[in-house]
Amino acid sequence: MTSLAALIRRDIKIALRVGGGALIGVLFFLTVVVLMPFAVGPDLALLARLGPAILWLGALLASLLTLDRLFMADHEDGSLDLIVMSRTPLELACAAKALAHWLAAGLPLIIATPVLGLLLNLDAASTSAVALTLLAGTPALTFTGMIGAALAVTLHRGGLLLAVLVLPLSIPVLIFGVAASQAAISGPLSFGAPFSILCALSLVSFVIGPLAAAASLRHGLD
Amino acid sequence: MSFGPYATFIVTSYLLVTVVVLMLIAWIAIDYRRQKQHLRELDASGVLRRSGRSAAEVQ
Amino acid sequence: MAWIDYRFDADQLSLRRNETKQAALPAATAAIITDAMTLIDLANPTRFLTLTSRLLPWLAALTAILLLIGLYQSAVAPDDYQQGATVKIMFIHVPNAWLSMFVWGVMSLAALGTLVWRHPLADVAAKAAAPIGAAFTFLALVTGSLWGRPMWGTYWEWDARLTSVLILFLMYLGLIALWRAVEDPSRAARAAAILTLVGAINLPIIKFSVDWWNTLHQPASVMRLGGPTLDRAFLVPLLVMAVAFSLLFVTLHLAAMRNEILRRRVRALQMMQARQRPA
Repeated sequence: MTSLAALIRRDIKIALRVGGGALIGVLFFLTVVVLMPFAVGPDLALLARLGPAILWLGALLASLLTLDRLFMADHEDGSLDLIVMSRTPLELACAAKALAHWLAAGLPLIIATPVLGLLLNLDAASTSAVALTLLAGTPALTFTGMIGAALAVTLHRGGLLLAVLVLPLSIPVLIFGVAASQAAISGPLSFGAPFSILCALSLVSFVIGPLAAAASLRHGLD
Repeated sequence: MSFGPYATFIVTSYLLVTVVVLMLIAWIAIDYRRQKQHLRELDASGVLRRSGRSAAEVQ
Repeated sequence: MAWIDYRFDADQLSLRRNETKQAALPAATAAIITDAMTLIDLANPTRFLTLTSRLLPWLAALTAILLLIGLYQSAVAPDDYQQGATVKIMFIHVPNAWLSMFVWGVMSLAALGTLVWRHPLADVAAKAAAPIGAAFTFLALVTGSLWGRPMWGTYWEWDARLTSVLILFLMYLGLIALWRAVEDPSRAARAAAILTLVGAINLPIIKFSVDWWNTLHQPASVMRLGGPTLDRAFLVPLLVMAVAFSLLFVTLHLAAMRNEILRRRVRALQMMQARQRPA
């Protein structure tokens, strides 16, 4: 187990360094959220209604952006080959990398949400609801996104292809994430139902993500 | 045989389906001809398949 | 690179088949073994090409006949009491919608063939099916949209079914993009196989979640499409068209598989030629 812990620690350290990509994700999140009022208009009531959706969309796009470097940096310097060839099962190694990626890139997004909620005229209760759904949903985004990252790792200009492959897989997470936030803020519907489905999607992705990513890496790196 | 007030929609749908299906058939047929042409050229330049059979022989 | 010729293996197989016939086996077991041998024979690309070239004219003729019958039946079908003549769009919309999902199923089986059994023709089947499936999905979307304008008053509705089919279309395009992005066909096949299987798991999830989302954001006016049971006057043309379109898919798919086998043969020969060329 220490090899996995070492892998996680290494990935987090690299991600947090300058140019590592963790904090640039938060910056992108901020940029997207700031762009929305320019497109939608400064009507505060409208922004408050759209708030959960804008935050979720921003988080989705920001995590998509940082997914690129999940395997790419390792592939470029050869450490991906070492990870594939090591004795640790590749599925666990992929899960460890995804966990590290979520800790370094996903958590900062969730921490940034309250601040961005202010920009969108969301009150404290709404923002916490959105943050909670992001907490439950961003692992699903990372783990399913990992599949696309593994498929695209051996392609030189794989970035856009990665986005095209990952987005349809992320749509259910987006739907239930926003539904849960809306239910907590305003809806007559219960928060529990969409939230538990969101958690279920995350749990399922913990299994399918590493399996599919490991298979892709094994087949793709021959 | 009147198609009612929405005749244009009905006719457009059927026409579109016909056009797309014909395009599929055309693309597959043209691709077939192009591959056979490539194989003929390779045969003419003397490349042999591993079994020793000629490249242009499709069957 | 065992693409180019299976002749040696095929001869070995026919030797084995004769031995099996002579052995004292119960008839059923012998039949099963012979059937299995036939499947393995089909795995031989050359045999497949021969079989396809012989089958295709018949399949094409049968498809054309059924399509013409279906078209005639659709033209003379009565008007629906609610939808009027626009019910005729259903006869081409529903088969395309059904096929768009069926083709993903065929690709998923082919993906299993690639990853689990390493069947040599599985790659070819998967790659050939993708553009055809994408075309059917596109037609389902467009005919649905043209059907929707008279029905709902709008060309597009974020209704659960349309949205799921739109996402399916995006997944087809992503799959085709992945096929074209990797140079080596067998590596592309394995990556595409994984994506196809992940997509197959995800399609029910998408359908369920989009259904949920649509129930949450119920549109202002929802019209029920048709009655719960389809009258025989509509059912017969629909079934004929469904069978005709399925045969169309089989014909196009076999022809496209033939093209793909020839394309790989060309690629292999070009590489051999490049090696033989003097420096």
